[in-house]
Amino acid sequence: MSLPVTVLSGYLGAGKTTLVNQMLRMADGLRLAVMVNEFGDLPIDADLIEAEGEDMIALAGGCVCCSYGDDLIAALGQMAAMAPPPDHIILEASGVALPGAIAASLDLMAGIETAGIVVLADLAQIAKQLANDYIGDTIERQLRAADLVLLTKGDLTDAAQVQAARVAVALHAGGAMVIEARHGRVPLDVVLHPVRSGVLETGEPHGNATGLVSEVVIPDSDVLAETFAAELAARKEVIRAKGHVQTALGLKTVQVVGDLWQVTDAPPKAIPGVVVIRLRENVEG
Amino acid sequence: MITIYAARKIITMNPAHAHTTHVAVRDGQILGSGTLEELAGWGDHTLDETFADKVLMPGLIEAHSHLMEGSLWAYTYVGYFDRLSPEGEMHKGCKTLDDVLARLKEAEAKITDSDAPMPAWSLDPIYFDNVRVTRHDLDQVSSTRPIGIMHASGHILNVNSKALELAGLLRPGINHDGVPLGTDGLPLGELKGPDVMTPVSPFVGFDRDMLACDETGMWKFGKLCVRAGVTTATDLANKLPDETVRLFNEVTGHAGYPARIVSLRYHHGIGPEELIAHAEALQPQSTDMLRLGKIKVVVDGSIQGFSARLRAPGYFNGAPNGLWYISPEHLKIILEQALARGIHVNTHTNGDQATQLVLDTMTEALKKHPSADHRFVLQHCQLADLAQFRKMARLGMCVNLFANHHFYWGDEHYKLTVGPERAERMNACGTALREAVPFTIHSDAPITPLGPLFTGWCAVNRLTASGRTLGEAEKIGVADALHAITLGAAFTLHMDQEVGSIEAGKRADFAVLEDDPEEIGAAKLKDVRVWGTVQGGRVFPVADL
Repeated sequence: MSLPVTVLSGYLGAGKTTLVNQMLRMADGLRLAVMVNEFGDLPIDADLIEAEGEDMIALAGGCVCCSYGDDLIAALGQMAAMAPPPDHIILEASGVALPGAIAASLDLMAGIETAGIVVLADLAQIAKQLANDYIGDTIERQLRAADLVLLTKGDLTDAAQVQAARVAVALHAGGAMVIEARHGRVPLDVVLHPVRSGVLETGEPHGNATGLVSEVVIPDSDVLAETFAAELAARKEVIRAKGHVQTALGLKTVQVVGDLWQVTDAPPKAIPGVVVIRLRENVEG
Repeated sequence: MITIYAARKIITMNPAHAHTTHVAVRDGQILGSGTLEELAGWGDHTLDETFADKVLMPGLIEAHSHLMEGSLWAYTYVGYFDRLSPEGEMHKGCKTLDDVLARLKEAEAKITDSDAPMPAWSLDPIYFDNVRVTRHDLDQVSSTRPIGIMHASGHILNVNSKALELAGLLRPGINHDGVPLGTDGLPLGELKGPDVMTPVSPFVGFDRDMLACDETGMWKFGKLCVRAGVTTATDLANKLPDETVRLFNEVTGHAGYPARIVSLRYHHGIGPEELIAHAEALQPQSTDMLRLGKIKVVVDGSIQGFSARLRAPGYFNGAPNGLWYISPEHLKIILEQALARGIHVNTHTNGDQATQLVLDTMTEALKKHPSADHRFVLQHCQLADLAQFRKMARLGMCVNLFANHHFYWGDEHYKLTVGPERAERMNACGTALREAVPFTIHSDAPITPLGPLFTGWCAVNRLTASGRTLGEAEKIGVADALHAITLGAAFTLHMDQEVGSIEAGKRADFAVLEDDPEEIGAAKLKDVRVWGTVQGGRVFPVADL
């Protein structure tokens, strides 16, 4: 079984550290391993830390954080060899690294698979950064490689600047899903398994300023699981759904990712309820 | 105990007494240089005539090398050019791919352990019309033992099928720019760039940390220094963990170790504040023979690897711009804090945009932390133009130009990477001299061989391997080249008070030469024979190595 790795990219100050801390708080039993380039400014909130070693920090809920310094491959090997191995690795790339190149290299490693590339863009800075002679092309290449772009710090920026930034990002982000997310508040699953929207956009983010909506749906009566799943998958604003529904044939597990869906028998002790993650309608943006 | 050495000629690099015949030494220090009569006044002495028919120069200084040059000699050399080993054996260059394979087969036959990996180094297919070396070629040497050959540039690794298999890469479906595939959909065994080299290199016997050096390697490096007339050499990028510092102190503290080592803390893998703190902690651990506390920052990649950052008009062949290895923000923190604390910083910039970033950042940093004499060094700085040299002079910066590179890869730069005009201005020693930027020149050993006299020859003649004179206007004279590899280098290291010239009070470090570099002629500077060195008053003849 391959260990999934999500590459987290974005220039200095884009909010990677905030997002990582949010993800750790939302882990809810999932054992996340966060890999950072360096511990310089300790990237993890103090209350999440259980024990600190030289290269490894043990975190609440069985999560860990390690620095990979200048040997990413060796550090990944160590992560994969942990017993038990983590459920998911979040690889925080340095501000000038190219996430596409990192992902391509990850694919060379046995037992590792790239779950996707998430690029953070600071709405207050991104337009200026893209126009910078020194780093502009690096930021473009980061955005181009993204499956998901998270627009951050929209609350610190005036509306005109936000709009200009969105256009600038859309120009380079190609088919990536673009979502505005303040303070790293994005459903964990969306970041761990980013899916490209496949739709070329020219300015409007796919999610609005308050990010995504996560809700629990419990149908009033028995449903046909396949129909229920297919309908969710057909709704453009639904990114993910997972949970259990009551059918005439007993409890079934449905999973929806983008426009793909799957129905299986529910495990014992499952309770009805489907978590649906969807984009809020663009009324406020 | 005073020894007065008599010599055929002493080139002192002290303009007040440019040439003398005798030098008096006590406890590793120079008492003075002049005539025997002048020096006799120091009192009881022994007159040593060992060098009576030799020419003495200040011990040569290599201001950009890596101790790794010593460790690589444990592996098979397959470079194109003849190369002198630490033991003094001239390894013949491999002029064709068949030569390379024959050399590998010969080495392979000597390994008794059938599973042991076989690392080799310094392959350069540029000289075989850029023919691609494949795993099928290397499988002829062995299909059961993993084999890996590092290219001379250090940026490409060629491996055989066994190595790919061990690394889990002998499979279809690989999609990576740095891993070319054959018609069968399987990797050809060429691995381009550190991203794809590191997953495989341990399987072919290359250490993960290529820049690290072991004790044996350090001693071999010391022997190469003696053969090249070098008495002070840099180890330009090291993580310098405690165990490495202990090893370096132990080896350089040995009475028989012939070279002073200046080892710089490399920025990669730690944050800027940690880097500054580590450099500050290292500095007081320095000894006479081991100098610590300087910082090396790698700003961009290499020109021939198309990873250097270029300004417009970019690469001649249209390749996209290269990579940053540090963010401008982190560079700013390092430069500012280093200026504030008096830490010496050396920045690797190959492309002219990377150089410009350092110049811009220094301009601002110096407003915050004015420093009359920081001597921060731009390392390589291969593509800098005239305006950039003017700026360096005004900012008080030094430059260490990669003169050897011009010889080995100048033809490629002319044809492929930057085109004729910019290839001619590369490694612009003439401009540095005219604009009064303090400069030295380097080998970047093991990328090219350690040998400041050869490096001087490169700067003086600017010939490429194919015989093209590349950049007539950037040539310098022999006297300037000799200055660059002695006092010039010492200045860039903040060590010109101690070494770099033969004058009263300085360390008794000499290059002992059979031939006179001032008389042999510009075209033959590289052929000057080295008898050995004197380091801190200790005599190291090449013949005794």
